[in-house]
Amino acid sequence: MSDSIINFDKVNKWYGNNFHVLRDIDLQVAQGERLVICGPSGSGKSTLIRCINALETYQEGTLTVAGSVVGDDIKVVDSIRRQVGMVFQQFNLFPHLTVLENLTLSPTWVAGMPKKEAVERAMQQLERVRIAEQAQKYPLQLSGGQQQRVAIARALCLTPKIMLFDEPTSALDPEMIKEVLDVMIGLAEGGMTMLCVTHEMGFAKAVANRVIFMDQGQIVEENNPEDFFNHPKTDRSKDFLSKILGH
Amino acid sequence: MTEIFISKPARPAPVNTQGFVPWLKANLFASLPNAVLSVLLLSLLAWAAVNVLRWGVVNAVTATDPDLCQAARGVGACWGVVNEKARLMLMGRFPQAEHWRAELAMLLLLGLVVASCSRYFWKLWLPLLWVVVLTAFFTLMSGGVLGLGKVSTDQWGGLPLTIMLTVISMTLAFPIAVAVALGRHSNMPAIKSVCVVYVELVRGVPLISVLFMASFMFPLFMPVGKSPDVLVRVVVGITLFAAAYMAEIIRGGLQSLSKGQTEAAASLGLGYWQTQIKIVLPQALGTVVPSIMNNFIALFKDTSLVTIVSLYELTGALSLAVGADPNWRPFKIEAYLFITAIYFVCCFSMSRYSLWIEKRLAVGKGR
Repeated sequence: MSDSIINFDKVNKWYGNNFHVLRDIDLQVAQGERLVICGPSGSGKSTLIRCINALETYQEGTLTVAGSVVGDDIKVVDSIRRQVGMVFQQFNLFPHLTVLENLTLSPTWVAGMPKKEAVERAMQQLERVRIAEQAQKYPLQLSGGQQQRVAIARALCLTPKIMLFDEPTSALDPEMIKEVLDVMIGLAEGGMTMLCVTHEMGFAKAVANRVIFMDQGQIVEENNPEDFFNHPKTDRSKDFLSKILGH
Repeated sequence: MTEIFISKPARPAPVNTQGFVPWLKANLFASLPNAVLSVLLLSLLAWAAVNVLRWGVVNAVTATDPDLCQAARGVGACWGVVNEKARLMLMGRFPQAEHWRAELAMLLLLGLVVASCSRYFWKLWLPLLWVVVLTAFFTLMSGGVLGLGKVSTDQWGGLPLTIMLTVISMTLAFPIAVAVALGRHSNMPAIKSVCVVYVELVRGVPLISVLFMASFMFPLFMPVGKSPDVLVRVVVGITLFAAAYMAEIIRGGLQSLSKGQTEAAASLGLGYWQTQIKIVLPQALGTVVPSIMNNFIALFKDTSLVTIVSLYELTGALSLAVGADPNWRPFKIEAYLFITAIYFVCCFSMSRYSLWIEKRLAVGKGR
């Protein structure tokens, strides 16, 4: 598939010699597609998306992102990281920098943008996640939901083509999940290519084009959300869904 | 119909816990054993204070007269020794006529250090100021130019030497320590093992033997007359020694950082050095400020060991000044109290400064 922006071709990864964490992954993602990846813990879903911006390396197969093969070449990795934004479960904001400095750091240092322009753009992104009034505060002065929205804004400051979300709401208080999901839905409506590892099934139903279900390092099922939730193809996905939706 | 939730107003605590009397009650006289202990310790303290006052003030001799001091021996302090020998203790073997140079040099260096501690001076030209002041310091101390008489380094001594050794070694040790800590924390096996070997080697020997080797062994391996000045060798020795300890402290700070911080930096496209400089080091160094300052204070006092290689810094100069004079030799304790006060003032200011930095960092993090 030449029009895919992300292409996993028989990708395999091991931790050490014995833990086969990704097994023959084949996956194509087209520009503008929104994928939700779910599965039990340890199934390799985080590892899968972390391969895309080279936070993890793989040993076999080929992974192509935005036309370049993810590998050892540092220049390629740098260029891919500029096109791929990432949001983490634990926010990972820089606590010693203000919210605004968190956002302008990469544009000024990595992309060489003039300070003034970087600040302008950062403020636009903060408006977008509805948190502009907190720009001068430090991350630890904000609530979890606000911190995660700042993290999304930070990832957007390099105007990425792809956004990766690694369980973005799992560390949040229940009352704050919605404000983060709202921002992500807004992003999806804007046409962003998104890969989300999440168990927020409501979010999956609302925005995903495809749901990927993984277990033991393999893609077990790939389906549209409608069919995945109502008529899962495999007994493993049925079992998983009954456990997370059953209460 | 839904009820409207109204929160209760906050009330003051039922028992007053503020003020002096409640404090006394809670901390000193909470129970009978506590009260007995408090009374006992307070009277002991009062007794000690009275005796110290009697010895140090009431019966003390301030005149610079060894005979009067001899008469008061055992009942009163002899501060005359300080009067008489202060100059020698503070300046060591530096030629008497040139003392003004050592004093001026020391004041310049102290001024530089104090200025560097203040936020107001954290500007781009600060390193330049360091170069200028250090040049001035060494010019004033060693002379040989601008019509100043030459003073060889083995004649340097006293407080200027102590301060110079500390400041130079700390300043040089710090960047080395950061580099070694990063090396030991890195994934590159060659660099990592070099750093591990360095740290373990240096930590395995006492400072005194490092100084000994720098001073006496090193020249044996060099062509005759080609060995660098003893002061240079000693400074290098202290620097390398201090850097190993500091590197371990900084490594502790590096380890306290979550992996998420470097991952976030990587995902934003920052390279290794950008990540270290902008993300990792500011946080890692912030958490280890108390330990680093602890190390600095220890280093400041450790410089007294250079006496064994015949450099008479503050402590060494004291033995030189008082020990060599039979008239004043019996009053070494008073002289020691004098330099103790000097050490204390320096160490105490360092520790207060460290507290101030900690507070500032805490404000920055919004905790």
